[in-house]
Amino acid sequence: MKMSVENQSIIEKLDLLGCIQCGRCTGGCPVTVRTNLNVRRFVYDAYQASLEDLMEELAQYSEIWDCTGCHTCAVRCPKGLKPVEVLYSLRNQIVESGKVEPTVRDALESVFLEGNPWGKPKATRFDWMEGLEVKTAEEGQEVEYLFYVCCSVAYDPKLQVVAQNMVKILEKAGVDYAFLGEEESCCGSEVQALGEEELFMEVQEENVELFSSYPAKKIVTLSPHCLSALKKYEGLEAEVIHYTQLLAELIDEGKLSWEGEFPKKVVYHDPCYLGKQNEVYDEPRQVLKSVPGIELTEFDRSRERSLCCEGGGGKMWVETESQQERLAETRARNAKELEAQVIVCACPFCILTLDDAVKAVGYEEEMEVMEITEILGKVL
Amino acid sequence: MSEKPRVGVYVCHCGINIAATVNVEEVVEFASRLPGVTVVRNYAYMCSDPGQQLVREDIENENLNRIVVASCSPRMHEITFRRTLQDAGLNPYYLEMANIREHCSWVHPDSEEATPKAKKLVSAAVSKARMLEPLEEKEVDSERTAMVIGGGIAGIQSALDIADAGYQVYLVEKSPSVGGRMAQLDKTFPTLDCSACIMTPKMVDVANHPNIELMTYSEVEEVNGFIGNFEVKVRKKARYVDIDKCNGCGECADNCRVKNRIPNEFDANVGKRSAIYLPFPQAVPAKFTVDPDHCLYLTKGKCGKGPKCQEVCGTGAIDFEQQDEEVEVKVGAIIVATGFDTFDPSNKPEYGYQDYPNVITGLEMERLVAASGPTGGELLIGEGENARKPKKVAFIQCVGSRDASVGNEYCSRVCCMYTAKQAHLIKEKIPDAEVTVYYMDVRAFGKGFEEFYDRVRREGIRYIRGNPSEIFKKDDKLIVKVEDTLTATPREDEADLVVLAVGLEPRQDARGVIDLLRLSQTSDRFFMEAHPKLYPVDTSTDGVFLAGCAQGPKDIPDTVAQAKGAAASAMIPLSRGKVKVEAQTAEVNEATCRGCGFCTEVCPYSAIELKTINWFGHEVNVAEVNEALCKGCGTCSAACLSNSIQPRSFRDSQIMPQIAALGVKS
Repeated sequence: MKMSVENQSIIEKLDLLGCIQCGRCTGGCPVTVRTNLNVRRFVYDAYQASLEDLMEELAQYSEIWDCTGCHTCAVRCPKGLKPVEVLYSLRNQIVESGKVEPTVRDALESVFLEGNPWGKPKATRFDWMEGLEVKTAEEGQEVEYLFYVCCSVAYDPKLQVVAQNMVKILEKAGVDYAFLGEEESCCGSEVQALGEEELFMEVQEENVELFSSYPAKKIVTLSPHCLSALKKYEGLEAEVIHYTQLLAELIDEGKLSWEGEFPKKVVYHDPCYLGKQNEVYDEPRQVLKSVPGIELTEFDRSRERSLCCEGGGGKMWVETESQQERLAETRARNAKELEAQVIVCACPFCILTLDDAVKAVGYEEEMEVMEITEILGKVL
Repeated sequence: MSEKPRVGVYVCHCGINIAATVNVEEVVEFASRLPGVTVVRNYAYMCSDPGQQLVREDIENENLNRIVVASCSPRMHEITFRRTLQDAGLNPYYLEMANIREHCSWVHPDSEEATPKAKKLVSAAVSKARMLEPLEEKEVDSERTAMVIGGGIAGIQSALDIADAGYQVYLVEKSPSVGGRMAQLDKTFPTLDCSACIMTPKMVDVANHPNIELMTYSEVEEVNGFIGNFEVKVRKKARYVDIDKCNGCGECADNCRVKNRIPNEFDANVGKRSAIYLPFPQAVPAKFTVDPDHCLYLTKGKCGKGPKCQEVCGTGAIDFEQQDEEVEVKVGAIIVATGFDTFDPSNKPEYGYQDYPNVITGLEMERLVAASGPTGGELLIGEGENARKPKKVAFIQCVGSRDASVGNEYCSRVCCMYTAKQAHLIKEKIPDAEVTVYYMDVRAFGKGFEEFYDRVRREGIRYIRGNPSEIFKKDDKLIVKVEDTLTATPREDEADLVVLAVGLEPRQDARGVIDLLRLSQTSDRFFMEAHPKLYPVDTSTDGVFLAGCAQGPKDIPDTVAQAKGAAASAMIPLSRGKVKVEAQTAEVNEATCRGCGFCTEVCPYSAIELKTINWFGHEVNVAEVNEALCKGCGTCSAACLSNSIQPRSFRDSQIMPQIAALGVKS
């Protein structure tokens, strides 16, 4: 039997022989209700395929692009495998062969050239700061909290308010903070999910170097996707946290409180990248509960059992073909059953998918999708 | 020691275990040239009788006075060869073993590395053997009594066996009644015997046996001493009930102000009890106990105008002035039968155990189907008017077992079968119920297990191969999210009731037992046996034995078998009335000892104390070793600043030449 060193390392790297075929990965996979993806089968088939050098053939199955990167499969695996990474390495086969969808190709090219996946010029990354006094980091000068703004927040007009409000909140709390200057660039979270491992390694290397010139006690991300990516970086010394963790702490210490009221019934949607992947469940809720007048309710499927919105895993650039309702639409219907006026979230991708979903099911008159900082902006 | 060393070296082939990688002939040739070596031989299996005979003959014919056996680890056969020496009239401590198997042939792939290493090991052993001294094996008297800690089926069985053999047993149980986990079960697999029916006679036996002193609601506080001579302090907790007066009528519980408000541990918290309670109707002793954490009088100092229980008790048994009592007993052996806890499924939040009342554990299921349980054996879901029989019941296997994500990599061995049994019981009680078992492998390995599994499948229990990943709610139904892995079909199945087949875990309070008795744990956190195959009921502490699930998950037949094994082993010192004490103990050189006491602090066995001696007219402190307690570990020697305390057979003068021999390039 032929077995190249490279294939041997895939078997070892992904621990394919550790799988006992229990099915918890596919059983937990949120997209099985609307696609044919069966991640357990891919774990099973990848072993044989890698022995026989057939990974490229296995990668032809279009389902590998249905994965939303939520990591439920990895969290639930009783043997510590990460089935999602089998799909990512199959995507890698396709990306390396160059036969990717144009949308994916453009996103990856844009990260390489402009430091963001949205095809926007590098030069306009900081347009969101216009009209605001924002402290930016100075080389070699340590700050307590260094903020890392997600590409989507930086460029998307609906999301820029997240960063803008964050500046106002930080000024109010009087903490020692700084935002990265014009050198800030994509974290690579979705690059890796799309299978472009090499570009991810490059991005990682550049960012680790960047962070070494701007020392900070903690790096604070606005997006859970950046949080997950930065936490994976090899050689990054500073602790990385999500902004909800910082705000919960400031509120707890009495350094932050609110003037206004937000008298609405809201339901919090746990982003997979924040909850399942980083076990941040309580802090966003603590922040919301601190808002006067707010009525916080819960989805039946919340926290560890939260339903994915399908916004991660590179899905912003790959459409799933299915007749079945989108999961984000299911989420919107569940919110309506709870009579929630606002679906509130702490992830830019969730915001975009849920916002689309609320419109698609025709609830936009009665229901809003808001980022936590949007609510905080109203009670500052 | 004036005798000149005449060393015999015996190189074992161990079949091909050693000979395949070590060139035995070469080692023999090498050994024959070592100083002091008189005879060198090799043999296929030195531990066999002909192998030992070689040694015996040479001792007699060649006047050998030191023996080196180059074979396996001394763990197994040091005792074998010591006996060989003794049979031939040589002091058994004139033996040194060179481990050329585990340390050599098994770990090196070829003879290029293994043979030179074997030579070094033999050379080192010969160097040490030349310096060995004869030691005397001593014996001390053993108490002819035993203690059993834990009053479940394991502890009960051990206690009964020892007591039946005629020895006194102290059976210590933490909770108010004996019975343990087995008493909580409804029926037992695969025979469907009623658990209580086969259990209660044994519970009564331990209470009535003339040789058993039953100490319920008691905890072991302190253990000192060693095999044959343990001194154990037991704290008998205050029950606030005089058990000589209590007749078990139950008037007190009926009149308790917090009646039916306190979760009953015995009913896996699905039933409720009063603050004064009998854990279950068949409890032994059938005496009531006041729960000091919930009794209004004890927690708040006030219970209405006065405790009602006291008012209604016809025999005046209730005594709120009662205090804990401490007793001290001496025993020759101790059996640890402290049992297990079930896995807490809130550590797997995806199953919604904390969110949905109709997601329950296997142990809760036992109480709900048991005739003695809080529902009288009627299985209902929903409350009040909404109460109904479940029509769709799902069982999920391996909850908290075979699962590295919760740190339990082992199989709990009983869940496959208790699930099959519970599925059968549901089908019996609710014949039109759809019962589904979600599994990843069915492990039906015991006697009658596979047959039972066959039977329940044919009764209409559906087995779907796939371990569910999530439970959520749609309207009033639970949804089990799972993949049928045999057809690769993801499913969302409805259920009225989900039973989580929770696995077995070491008890939460296991740490205390470990510290009391110096036990070790295996990587699964259960108590470690001295050898997984050959000393399965022994521990690393002589005279302390294991029985039941404290050592690892097992079913009732295996538990009872192990309990009987532990009882038999514990009776060895009891029946001999004497125990051997370690000969290779530490020795103090009083001339150089400065009495700093360092050794007394580091000794893990508390075997060293300082004593005052008269040294040429001066009163000085020196260390003194209690040879009955000393295990010869050498910790004292490593700590000693003046080389004044040394373990026999491991003196510097003995191990330095050994180390030197290893360092010389061959």
